[in-house]
Formats: sequence, C-alpha cells, structure tokens
Amino acid sequence: MPTLTYREALNQALSEEMERDDRVMLMGEEVAEYDGAYKVSQGLLKKFGPKRVVDTPISESGFSGLAIGAAMYGLRPVVEFMTWSFSLVAYDQIINNAAQVRYMSGGQLSVPIVFRGSSGGGLQVGATHSHTPENWYANVPGLTVITPAFPDDAKGLLKSAIRSNNPVCFLENEKLYGYKDEVPEGEYLTEIGKARVCREGGDLTIVSNSGSTHRALNAAKQLEAEGISVEVIDLRTVKPLDFATIADSVVKTNRVLIVEENKPFAGWGAQVAYQIQRELFDDLDAPIHRLTSLDVPQPYSGKLEQAILPNEERVIAAVREALA
Amino acid sequence: MLLVRRFEEKARQAFTQAKIKGFCHLYNGQEAVAVGTISVLNDDDAVITAYRDHAHALVRGVDPKACMAELFGKITGCSRGKGGSMHFFGVEKHFYGGHGIVGSQIPLGTGLAYAQKYLGTNRVTLAYMGDGAINQGAVYESMNLAALWKLPVIYIVENNEYSMGTSVARSSAGDPLTKRAGAFDMAAIQANGMDVDDVRAKTFEAVSLARTESQPTLMEIRTYRYFGHSMSDPGHYRSKEEIASRRKTDPIELYKARLIEQKVATEEKLNAIDEEVQAIVQAAYDFAEASPEPEFETVFEDIFTPEDQIPEFRPDPRG
Repeated sequence: MPTLTYREALNQALSEEMERDDRVMLMGEEVAEYDGAYKVSQGLLKKFGPKRVVDTPISESGFSGLAIGAAMYGLRPVVEFMTWSFSLVAYDQIINNAAQVRYMSGGQLSVPIVFRGSSGGGLQVGATHSHTPENWYANVPGLTVITPAFPDDAKGLLKSAIRSNNPVCFLENEKLYGYKDEVPEGEYLTEIGKARVCREGGDLTIVSNSGSTHRALNAAKQLEAEGISVEVIDLRTVKPLDFATIADSVVKTNRVLIVEENKPFAGWGAQVAYQIQRELFDDLDAPIHRLTSLDVPQPYSGKLEQAILPNEERVIAAVREALA
Repeated sequence: MLLVRRFEEKARQAFTQAKIKGFCHLYNGQEAVAVGTISVLNDDDAVITAYRDHAHALVRGVDPKACMAELFGKITGCSRGKGGSMHFFGVEKHFYGGHGIVGSQIPLGTGLAYAQKYLGTNRVTLAYMGDGAINQGAVYESMNLAALWKLPVIYIVENNEYSMGTSVARSSAGDPLTKRAGAFDMAAIQANGMDVDDVRAKTFEAVSLARTESQPTLMEIRTYRYFGHSMSDPGHYRSKEEIASRRKTDPIELYKARLIEQKVATEEKLNAIDEEVQAIVQAAYDFAEASPEPEFETVFEDIFTPEDQIPEFRPDPRG
C-alpha cells in the first residue's frame, strides 16, 4: 500500500471525485493558479481546467453563498477555506442557508456541498488564525462535521463527504498536512459517523479527534512503559457522534478522559461526557475527566501557545489523575 | 397585480384574526415590481427574493392555496408549514425562496446563475432585495463575483424608500442606488415601480443582456409600500399625508386606467377579473383554514436529503 501525506491523500480524494462526477468542482482562495495555500489542490487546475478549479476573490461570504446557491441548483461544490478561522466571515451563509434551506423549504431543496480547509492551533499564528470551530458547526441541525486525523481517513472521509447529498463541514488539521501513513489506492471510502479505535487498552479510554488524537497516542505510548494501558478512540466524525463505539470501550475500561483542542465551555467533549454519565453511570469507576485548551485566546508566543494546548504532558498528567 | 393585492388584503385580515402569527411583510403598493419583472421571464428562469416574498411566489405561479396555507402554518403550505411568511418556496416553479436575513439571498441567487451558466442552460436568475440590503457586504461580494465571472443574474433593488423605519436618505450614501454598480463596470438601470409597463420594458433589457451576453445588471425599481414594514409596525416614521399622496400613484389604478384608455379592456371586464381574483383568494383562505396542522412527526422530516451514493449514517433524530 502506498504511503502518502495527509495532504496528498486529500488531493487524491478531490482528484478522484472530480474525475468521477462533472458536477464536482473546487472553489476558494488560491486553489487554482497558486496550487492551494497548503497545496491540497496541487495540480488540479492543470488536470481539470479553470471551469472546475476556481480561484475566488477574498470574499468568503460571497463565494460560500454562491456555492450554496449552485448546490441548490444541482452542482456539488467543494469550497476551500484557507483556514476554518476565515469561515466566520461566511457564518451566516453556512448556518442560515446551507444548513437550513432544505428544512425551511419543506424538503424541496438539497445542498450537496463540502466546506473544507485547515484548522487548529500550535503553529504560532495567533488568536485569529487558530480556531477549532467544529463545536460551533456541530451545534447546528443539518450540518455534518468531520475531523480526520490520519491520511487514510482524510481520503476516505473526503470522498464520502463529496458523495453526500447534504452539507458537510470538513475540518482538516494544519499540523497534520505533512503526516505520512499508508493510504489505500483508488476507490476507498470511510463511512461517515463511525469512530476508530486507534489503540486498544484496558485501564482507561481516551476519546479525542484530529490533532488531539496524535497527542493522545503519543501519551499512551509513553504510559505503556509504566504499565498503564490506554485505549484511544478517534471520533473521525464529530457529528453525528458514534456513541456506540465510545460506550463499548467505556464498559471495558470504566474510566474516561476526553481530549479536545477546543476551549472548554460547551466543547463537543461536554456533550460526550453528558452522554456517558447519562447512559453508563454505573460503569464508571471515576468521574469523567476532560482536557481542553485553556480558556484564553490563542497567544502568539510559542511557549505560551504550547502551554495552553492539550499537549502530551498535560494528557499524561490527566491520565494519572483519572487513574488515581 | 390584483391577485397579489387581494391576497395581501386577505393575509392582513387573517393576521388581525390571529390566524397568521410571527412576522408578516405585506407587498401592497409594490405589485408592479414583481409582476413587471417576472412576467418577462421564461418559465424555467430562476427567482429568489428576501422576506417580503408572497408576491414573487404568487407571480411565479405557486398555488395561492399553498401560499395562504403556509401563512397559516399548515402542512399543505408551500413549505409544509416550516417556513412561514418569510420563507415561501416553489422550486417546481423555479422560485427559490423566501429568505429571512437581509442580503443573505443575494450570494445564493448569484450561485443559481453560476450553476445555470456552468450547466449551459441559457437561463437567467432574478435576485431581489430591498433598499436596506444594498448596504450589506454580501451584496457587494456577489456583485463583484457576478461581474468578474459574467453571470446571467439581474439584481433587483425594490426601493420602497424605507428599510424598516429608516429612510433611504438616512441609511444610504449616494443617489441613485444604481451608482453602486459602477465600481464593478456593471450595467445599471432604473425603473418606475408604480408603472408595470416601465418595469417590464427595463427588465426586458436586463434579461436580454443576461441571456445573450451573460452579463449581470443592477436594477433599482422605485416603489412604495402602503403598510408597515411588517404587521407589527406602527409606522411613526412617516406621515399619513405622505402615504395618502403616494397611494394616488397606485400601480393597479394606473394600469387599469391605461387599459381602459387604450381600449384593451372595459371597466366591466376589469371588475369581473377582480371578482374572479377575490374568489381565488377566498378559496385560498378557506383551504388554509380547513387544512390540518402538521403532525408532530413531521418536525423530524426535511432536515436531510436521503443519501444515494453512500450509506445513510445519521441516527434517528427522534433519539
């Protein structure tokens, strides 16, 4: 099986889906002639031409809304946000139009669209460029929210997202674009709404997503040397949440740590914790623990930013606390 | 025009009887705009507008019964009772709504035109907004994209002089509003919104430009609304005298007089049409009244389009 970067896996998914369906087109800032700000769309202009790989002006509200209108008329656009932090400029279009127009029209319209781009912190780009807005979108009925952590899922989930007949928010992680792993060739689809057990263990379950899954896996490896066995579940899809996979693990380990990069208040981890205590109260041997970024805007300083993220040292400390 | 006028009168009556709730924005006074513009289109051209949308739906051919039932919140409504006054839809008739956020529908309309061009349909889109929307950023982003990419869209500003209670003079620098197209090298045209023939003639030019050259136009159609911004507007921002004087330029009366003068129709014939229209509206009212409320279960319907290329992955929303 070939080894690809997360970036190359996304590129392959886009290319294969555009090849398969003429209605699929890519639109966004610098996606065409510049080959993508993060090179996810490298080579696509050359392959598919300017009708299907479209550079936009810096007008997130305008081009997102335009793409939603085009989806209402039968196209299947993929909209790239250079970073999801810029999606805030298009918030009204995504929430009021993409997510709700089908409902408001009594089912007359479909919006088959994918919004995708980088997200997350840890690269010292400051408070405006470091958001992890998966919670904000997961709160809206009508939206599906996907946050792949590995190259194979990046490919398989993006292909599934493009084939969905409904709006999908697809949040890539800026720090993972260069991450390499094996990726199946050709027709490879990952089912939306299914979590992945990345590592099996018996003492405690970590539930995480995106970049935090890698922090959790690294922490688990270090703890293994001390004889602590940690199971790591990567959500892959934040909404709809695969609670069954989480429940199977919690019933086995009886202890849970949730690790997410969001700020703490009303992050998706709070929802997961609520469901675990509601459904599995008798299976818990300890309170549910939850590790998030600290409740401060993202600082620029590398030292400060590392300190506020749910870094490996903080994960290890949180595991020890949960096992104490 | 009469259908719109009589429909809105009936809606007003139903609102005061508390049969219609929420917001209800009436179109009285502006009839020549929707009729004059949409009557120039082919049946498969697209129409999208803001929340003062009853007229556009009716003129596009959405059944008055379904429109009135929507106002009543009934399952037989044109949006199955989920949209209400501000969110009428009739996609079979190429009417794409009915949108509640000021200016938010303009990128959507631009996207309809984008898809029309992408798919090689030779169709055009009329995207309406009020004068208040002309100061929203999304409108300028859309106009830039439409001019840049040569999209077959006609932006129609229905300038009824007030964005809710704020007059154009207090909200919008620069007069006329068509000047806003200049920065994009976009065609711009004004029309007298109280004269349906003038609206038709000007719209015909814009539609021709869109259809033959794939070029957008900004139209400003000057009109006047007789009632408040919505039914809950006491209207303190303008005088009774102003409204009375503007009612003297009523588009329906003007057109009636012209038809009689040109011997196209007689007064008797026009009265007969009015009676016919009133019967249609009464039937719509009776239909809405008699229609059932939606079953609770329908609250979970119409959120997602069924999947057909991947497995269904969503849990039952009933939990």
